[in-house]
Amino acid sequence: MVNECVVNAGHSTGDYVTINIGPSHPAMHGTLRVIAQTDGETVVKADPEIGYLHRGVEKLGEHLTYHQFIPITDRLNYCSAIANNVSYEMAVEKLMGLEVPEKAQLIRVIMTELARIADHQVLVGILGVDLGAFTPFFYLIIQREEIYEIFEWYNGARLTNTFGRIGGVEADLPDDFDARWRELRPNLFKAIDETDKLLTHNRIWMDRTIGVTAFSPEDALAWGFTGPCLRACGVKRDLRKDEPYGLYDRFTFDVPIGKNGDVFDRYMIRMKEMEESIKIIDQAYAMYQEMAPDAPLMAKVPKVIKPPVGEVYHATEAPNGELGFFIKSDGSDKPYRIKIRPPCYMVYQAFPELVKGEMIADLIACLSSLNVIAGELDR
Amino acid sequence: MNDWVIAIIKVVFIWVWTLLVAVVMTWVERRGAAMIQDRLGPNRAGPFGLFQPLADGIKLFTKEDIIPANANRILFILGPILFSLPAFSAYAVVPFGDKIVIAGKEIILQVSDVNVGFLYVVALGSMAVYGVIVGGWASNNKFSILGGLRSTAQLISYEVPWGLALLAAALVYGTFSLREISIAQQGTFLGFLPNWGIFRQPLGFLLFIVAAYAEANRVPFDLPEAESEIVAGYHTEYGSMRLGLYLFGEYVNLCTLSALMVTLYFGSWHLPYLNMEAFLGPISYGIASFLVFFLKVSFFLWLFVWVRWTVPRFRYDQVMGLGWKSLIPLALANLFVTALAIQLTV
Repeated sequence: MVNECVVNAGHSTGDYVTINIGPSHPAMHGTLRVIAQTDGETVVKADPEIGYLHRGVEKLGEHLTYHQFIPITDRLNYCSAIANNVSYEMAVEKLMGLEVPEKAQLIRVIMTELARIADHQVLVGILGVDLGAFTPFFYLIIQREEIYEIFEWYNGARLTNTFGRIGGVEADLPDDFDARWRELRPNLFKAIDETDKLLTHNRIWMDRTIGVTAFSPEDALAWGFTGPCLRACGVKRDLRKDEPYGLYDRFTFDVPIGKNGDVFDRYMIRMKEMEESIKIIDQAYAMYQEMAPDAPLMAKVPKVIKPPVGEVYHATEAPNGELGFFIKSDGSDKPYRIKIRPPCYMVYQAFPELVKGEMIADLIACLSSLNVIAGELDR
Repeated sequence: MNDWVIAIIKVVFIWVWTLLVAVVMTWVERRGAAMIQDRLGPNRAGPFGLFQPLADGIKLFTKEDIIPANANRILFILGPILFSLPAFSAYAVVPFGDKIVIAGKEIILQVSDVNVGFLYVVALGSMAVYGVIVGGWASNNKFSILGGLRSTAQLISYEVPWGLALLAAALVYGTFSLREISIAQQGTFLGFLPNWGIFRQPLGFLLFIVAAYAEANRVPFDLPEAESEIVAGYHTEYGSMRLGLYLFGEYVNLCTLSALMVTLYFGSWHLPYLNMEAFLGPISYGIASFLVFFLKVSFFLWLFVWVRWTVPRFRYDQVMGLGWKSLIPLALANLFVTALAIQLTV
């Protein structure tokens, strides 16, 4: 009611205006919904309501064979489908005790890191848009298109890649990967640099992000933060370094960490991680080039995958944080149970805590910087 | 009788001209944004997409006019009108050129040389806030009312430094008439600088331009319509040509503000170090002075676009903080120093 709004606009009256942000709102990524109690411009209480994109992914897994589930994992964090695919495949491989050929692992690393760059580009771009800076979004998204071109060239899909197979990858890198990567690489640096110039030291940007929704490392750990959001709080934890999987122990790269865990740090972590990812791709690609052209791409895998009875949990460092797959097998060709641990879910549960007492504009900035992807959150 | 005809011609001319500039501005905005963002922008309708505003206009006119069920009908209809009218009216006192002599009759290129031109502009500037708050309130939508409130607070806060900057300029020129100010900016200042307001009032200009961006609800002060926060702010519920009037009013506002900036701080129709009147015929001088003025206005219009696609948006409390803690003290200091300087030199 209009009259209510006006009467209650005063501060600390105890009567708050409920604002319904989402599920259809320009700032809501996907179908998130936040029911915010506001006191003027201040958010008193933010109540996230999840589940608008629930598709029963985990249940679906029980009715699909192990290979058929790979396309479903595309739809988790759709900004970086390849990272999900690889994470799931590795979990199944771990359950079966498969040894993936080195060349396939290198291709996985290259593709996953490209997906990570694409994911971070989207995040930084959207964060800019949500804070009113439109232009960096385009600088980044143009280069993301080029990354998608590589994906498309590799397996025909741009967004939902369905990359790889259990036990390896389906195909070698395309012939012109070298040319494409050599063209893309400087452009990626340029896009990151341009964004950096437009935003990082911009007074308005700094005012809008530094100190906004800061989080202490203890709190972050207690709430189950992982990935860039945790590293922004100053905790140096990256599964690629701490619990290396695949070939990640062979690469040298830094794990950037922040200090305050605010929006600015989350943004900076992503900016730096993009550059680290490029470093990893460089090393992986150099190793790849030394491999024999006819090196195997697939482990010896039976046509129908029937892992032994047992259960496994395998987590990888997805662009958003720890993406874990728990798989319980009863020895049949379909998993008995699949449980996914999406990084967003743990991060998003701290959202009401993060935005309490902040302003409406900060709520949007915070949500954007956490990179909550509805597909992954609701599953 | 003859004066009447001239006056009507001038009114129609400046009205059509402003309308045209506002229309073209929507195109410039989109193409400019595209240029800055490394994409194409609208390029389908006509050459370079120049007919895009026309297509947009037709679209807006033919759309269904929806008034929300719980909206206050009268105020809802009144909102866009209240917003766009003052923007047009303010242009009436801004000189758009020096003078043109046709058939021995001297015609000044200004609709009306009011001796309180300044106050008139400030008064009309304050009027625009009613369009926003009335529209936001009448929509009966929480996002609208938030946008309306943000806008009201912002416009009222920034009118103070804006007015104080104008006051300092008035002190320098000793007049409220915009035409007299324009004429006073001919020649050189300190022997080598063009005698423009910006060199006499550098801080004043800075304050004026910042406040102007806030008055126009433009980035970085576009929080009344911050898309990512409150959907579309005060015009969330508006559609069809009513929305068009809001958007249009904004561009007309930009024209007015740019024209004011040029008139006060950038020598109006004067070219630096060059007296056009001395070597141009009476008619060509009139046209040339108009073109020079318009060229300068175009630059500031482009600056609005340029800034919009470069910087992020402030937060509500930051806007208020900047206005009350920085701009107003600065404006007061500027006014004080200006007054002191005039007192000591005259």
